[in-house]
Amino acid sequence: MKRSVVTAQGWADAIAQLASGQRTLLGLWGDPPHVHMALLDEAKGAVAVLAYHCTDGKYPSVGVSHPPALRLERAMRDLFGLEAEGAPDTRPWLDLGFWGVRQPLGSPNTERPHGAYPFLPVEGESLHQIPVGPVHAGIIEPGHFRFTANGEHVVRLEQRLGYAHKGIESLMAGASLEQAAKLASRTSGDSTVAYAYAFALAAEAALQTEAPPRAAYLRALMAELERLANHFGDFGAICNDASFSLMHAQTSILRERVLRAAEACFGHRLMMDQVVPGGVARDLAPDGVAAIKTLLAEIELRFPRLIELYDNTASLQDRTVTTGIVKAEYVRLFGAGGYVGRASGRNFDARRNLAYAPYDKFAFEVPLREEGDVNARVWIRIREVEQSLKLIAQIVDALPAGPFQVPVHALGKSGEGLALTEAFRGDVLIWLRLDGKGHIERCHLRDASWFQWPLLETAIEGNIVADFPLCNKSFNCSYSGHDL
Amino acid sequence: MRRTLLESFTRGPLTEPPPKPDEAALAELAQSVDRAARARLGRSLSIRQVDAGSCNGCELEIHALGNAFYDLERFGLHFVASPRHADVLMVTGPVTKNMREALLRTFSATPDPKWVVAVGGCAADGGVFAGSYAVAGGVKDVVSVDLTIPGCPPNPRQLLAGLLALLQTAS
Repeated sequence: MKRSVVTAQGWADAIAQLASGQRTLLGLWGDPPHVHMALLDEAKGAVAVLAYHCTDGKYPSVGVSHPPALRLERAMRDLFGLEAEGAPDTRPWLDLGFWGVRQPLGSPNTERPHGAYPFLPVEGESLHQIPVGPVHAGIIEPGHFRFTANGEHVVRLEQRLGYAHKGIESLMAGASLEQAAKLASRTSGDSTVAYAYAFALAAEAALQTEAPPRAAYLRALMAELERLANHFGDFGAICNDASFSLMHAQTSILRERVLRAAEACFGHRLMMDQVVPGGVARDLAPDGVAAIKTLLAEIELRFPRLIELYDNTASLQDRTVTTGIVKAEYVRLFGAGGYVGRASGRNFDARRNLAYAPYDKFAFEVPLREEGDVNARVWIRIREVEQSLKLIAQIVDALPAGPFQVPVHALGKSGEGLALTEAFRGDVLIWLRLDGKGHIERCHLRDASWFQWPLLETAIEGNIVADFPLCNKSFNCSYSGHDL
Repeated sequence: MRRTLLESFTRGPLTEPPPKPDEAALAELAQSVDRAARARLGRSLSIRQVDAGSCNGCELEIHALGNAFYDLERFGLHFVASPRHADVLMVTGPVTKNMREALLRTFSATPDPKWVVAVGGCAADGGVFAGSYAVAGGVKDVVSVDLTIPGCPPNPRQLLAGLLALLQTAS
């Protein structure tokens, strides 16, 4: 993918297109002295990357006219020291003041850390605040939620993230392809296949090479197994947050069966480090197809009964229907992917809209709902499980013979590559540039959560505090993938 | 619902026999668990999990310990919501600088006697994230660690073997 370097006018035009809804923002990241913006033309299914040359480390703010860019701009300032001129929110985002260094990826300096973080002000009678996290009550990732409530009802939720920030983009710079693929695989553990897949596609685009057909099919097989495992886990966990533990017990069994099949096929339960630039790390185990067929039969036997159970349990539906509604206009504005977008009518799935190998060869549907509530997000997952089962059946039936890997040589190559893959929670974007000496010069990873977290703040408004776990689980945003 | 419930009586349990307590873990723990603590705890341990900046992979496998195949609670081991209720802190991830203070506070909120189990390669020494400006290191670089369960992520059987070693030593 070729970046287009734009003038101030070109940058302003792009912002205008975002603000008017003609384009969707896919990403905004720093690469001093440039700022890069990835845009999607949804009608044409085309992706473009723009580069703007900053003057004195400043660029015209995108967030001032297009709110989805706000957190990305704040993160860019923390990491690179690039300033969005005219930005309405200049508070730090990932830098919580503990790194001992400011702008670690720009011109690092050791200025004093920020003062106390100012949360947005709330005014009114009878309001109280509930601070939650970063250490949560369950086995979950770290993050801080600041609720302002009036009695039981949430008036405002404000998120404070960045606790899981590991400096992945700085570790990427100068890493070998192999090491960088490992980092990408550990950006968000639940989407390790989707990340490794996007990284491999981006690296292959930069190297102008392609994985062999068998590798493409095996990658898709892993990606669909990962989707199944996560959707089963979420389906049960959402019901569990409504105290319906029977569903959780049953879906946990299905999830475990998927992970065991993954281990039988690829030697790792989460299939970590199995997708690599050039193909896949190992061929499908000799009895892999049999293990997959047994898995499909088991799911097809058990899952319909669980769907029926969900559909026929009024006390459960009472908790999920009309809870945590995300408005369709917000989903469109933020270009929210995955079940969050599709449950509120945004008809986008990277596997279809930006069809990458081998999804261009398969028949599948992209389920869509309009209601935007917790229930709709549950049903999207249920329907996606059914589609994944169909996809897996097609993949194993048509699995091509041949090599599962081609050698890749990064030495002497200095190209750039961009790729999007559809993780279970939405599209992952990875952009990278090689330095010509066999290393990554710069790599940016953008999780779907960047455009979903802000919508959770809108979804909970007017709901009761006790329904927050349900809403949160129905989003299941990534902390690590977002914090990087 | 009735069918699903009835079937769980007739189908037989999915729960598998436990793995043997991990030998290496037993040796590691022999030094850290004193007799007084053993007497007080009996055969039960409450675990508080702390994600100090992991990629979330370890959390997925820790979650799996609760499913029908591993059924952690049959051993008297259970996860609690507050460090004040915990005997064991199970810490994952490289400790990010942004989580360092939260981990220290969680540690000091946990009553004695207490043990810290570092779970996963990142918790052991920072893993692939070691050396970053944003990472303080492994768990041992922030709080004292009694047991390390390696793996990326460790699978539920490895987790169980480590925890059973802890239980055997502590009871």
